[in-house]
Amino acid sequence: MELRDDYLRALRCMILSRTLEEKLGSLYRAGGRIVGGVYLGRGQEAFSAAAGVNLRWGKDVYGPLIRDQAGRIAYGEPILDTMRTYLGAVTGPMRGRDGNIHRGQPQKGYMAMISHLGSLLSVVAGALFARRLQGRLGDCVGATSIGDGGTSTGAFHEGLNMAAVEKLPLVVSVANNQFAYSTPTSRQYACENLVDRAVGYGVKGFGVDGTDLLACMQVFRTAFDNARAGQGPQMVVGRLLRLGGHGEHDDASYVPEVKKNEHEGRDCLFVAQQQALDLGWATADEIEGWHKEARREVDKAQAQASKEPTPDPYRENWHALSTPELVEGMNE
Amino acid sequence: MSITYLEAIREAQFEALRENPNVFLYGQDISTFGGAFKATKNLSREFPGRVFDAPISEDAMIGMAVGAAIEGARPIVEMQFADFSSVGFNQIVNQAATLFWRTNTACPITIRLPSGGTPGSGPFHSQSMESIYAHYPGLVILAPATVEDAYWMLLESVKLDDPVIFCEHKFLYYHLKADGFGEAMPIGKARIARPGRDATIVTYSAMLHESLRAAEELRIDGYEVEVVDLRSVKPMDTDTILASVARTGRLLAVGESFPWGGVTAEVIARVSSEAFHLLDAPPMRLNSKDTPIPYHPNLWKSHRPTTANISAALRQLLRY
Ligand SMILES: Cc1ncc(C[n+]2csc(CCOP(=O)(O)OP(=O)(O)O)c2C)c(N)n1
Ligand SMILES: [Mg+2]
Repeated sequence: MELRDDYLRALRCMILSRTLEEKLGSLYRAGGRIVGGVYLGRGQEAFSAAAGVNLRWGKDVYGPLIRDQAGRIAYGEPILDTMRTYLGAVTGPMRGRDGNIHRGQPQKGYMAMISHLGSLLSVVAGALFARRLQGRLGDCVGATSIGDGGTSTGAFHEGLNMAAVEKLPLVVSVANNQFAYSTPTSRQYACENLVDRAVGYGVKGFGVDGTDLLACMQVFRTAFDNARAGQGPQMVVGRLLRLGGHGEHDDASYVPEVKKNEHEGRDCLFVAQQQALDLGWATADEIEGWHKEARREVDKAQAQASKEPTPDPYRENWHALSTPELVEGMNE
Repeated sequence: MSITYLEAIREAQFEALRENPNVFLYGQDISTFGGAFKATKNLSREFPGRVFDAPISEDAMIGMAVGAAIEGARPIVEMQFADFSSVGFNQIVNQAATLFWRTNTACPITIRLPSGGTPGSGPFHSQSMESIYAHYPGLVILAPATVEDAYWMLLESVKLDDPVIFCEHKFLYYHLKADGFGEAMPIGKARIARPGRDATIVTYSAMLHESLRAAEELRIDGYEVEVVDLRSVKPMDTDTILASVARTGRLLAVGESFPWGGVTAEVIARVSSEAFHLLDAPPMRLNSKDTPIPYHPNLWKSHRPTTANISAALRQLLRY
């Protein structure tokens, strides 16, 4: 019963995420309002949402990465914030100062990624560490993501090792989508399977079919339960395929056609919808209704964000310190 | 034949690979994909076994290049963006930069940094790192502003027995074109990009072009502004700067990196201490603002120096 509820919630997040990202892609191609890159999570929604539904907005710590639009929605980020950030609206959480996927609200435990891969893991760990120190960790968990490529960074290694030493309640999602930009995993690591690394870090490792929402839900539930129960960091490796370019500027012509026809190349959204039908958890009409609702929501967010102001350099305070008295007069 | 700044960088790497079998290329996505900016397009095909895709491991990439250089190789390492070289910082400033001084062993590595701002790139894909690296002894820091320099200086970097931080500007990649590679000028020498008599701008990289436009604007008011292109940030050609200031009596240093310290501060410090008597006005400097680099183009345009505020600074300098 409860799994069913979570499952359907995850599925609806996936639908909303896909709809939103399709809109972002078309806005990018149309040119104009979106300046800079657009980075989408197509094909990774199941894996991302299955983690996200275990997180509570304003309570748990979440450090999502580049392809986590679905997880961000599941966590509770309004899609208006995505739109505002992509369109550079000053009303958005990043106020036009940063853009696209580089967004969050750290005061709420929602970390805003920097581009430097691997560097967020230790930050999420630090937030958990402090909460424990201050005696307010309670049943909070932290979650963060990384790609196959990002696991090659020193920062990832240092962060995970440290989190393991501190036995922090942290779930690390590793989305192995087989490519880091154009680089296949054979040029990224030499181990058989990334999940084998868990042993070396002294953390619990799980491997899961990242195209299968139900499987992802089950694995993440166990991982989050373990983390909450004080068993230290959990590492979940999802096998999938990035169904698109690295960003919308990239046609991904380097991805061999055969890969797309392999099991990992299945579209997780179709798989999840079929699964819901097969399990009798949703009807085709219901699913169609969720798509319609998602389109309405996305259009509404776009309309809203589009009419909001973009930043005005003359009204910017151009301060990088929170202590105004300490700001040097270098920007006059 | 029209060649872009980016093509010049590719051609220089082609030539370096052709000339010397000890040259190899290492970087993320640089092999069959040709790199995030296509600066190594086709090179893996033209030089099989000498262009390698690296894992996302900047620290290890630089460390590996240093080790290879010790063994006689001459690696060119591409950072996908200059900003990510911060992850390899330790290896650059502590391993590569100190090697010769400590051990009398040369460290002929070239680290290519796609640098500088472009609209919509935000705080982590826009940085200019030349000032940071110039602070450390043992590194050569180059910042070409022209197609010709992009070609010849990169080729020269690979031949140099010292670690070179090659700051190539992304804003110039596609915009800047030339009819050919012209002639090589030695590394370490600045160039008078525009002669003048009323004021001197000392600048480099993309800011050269903003400065040249500003100088042109002031010509309408009857001023002849001399523009010096540093080309090489370190070593810095102090003689050429001083000779220019001796002619004009006024100095404005312009750079895209952050305002605290850095290349422009170094220029001002050298002129002030070595040629105070030549100055008719307090020397001025213009940099980007003292905040991270903003994502939104509205903010970005105001964050970095532009033709408009370089012109304004020049007018202030000339009014003094
Ligand atoms: C330290 C660092 N080096 C280089 C980059 C440039 N870069 C951005 S995304 C990317 C590929 C990431 O691949 P992966 O971690 O597998 O994630 P995916 O894009 O496949 O989701 C690279 C090389 C970066 N962001 N950070
Ligand atoms: Mg990947």
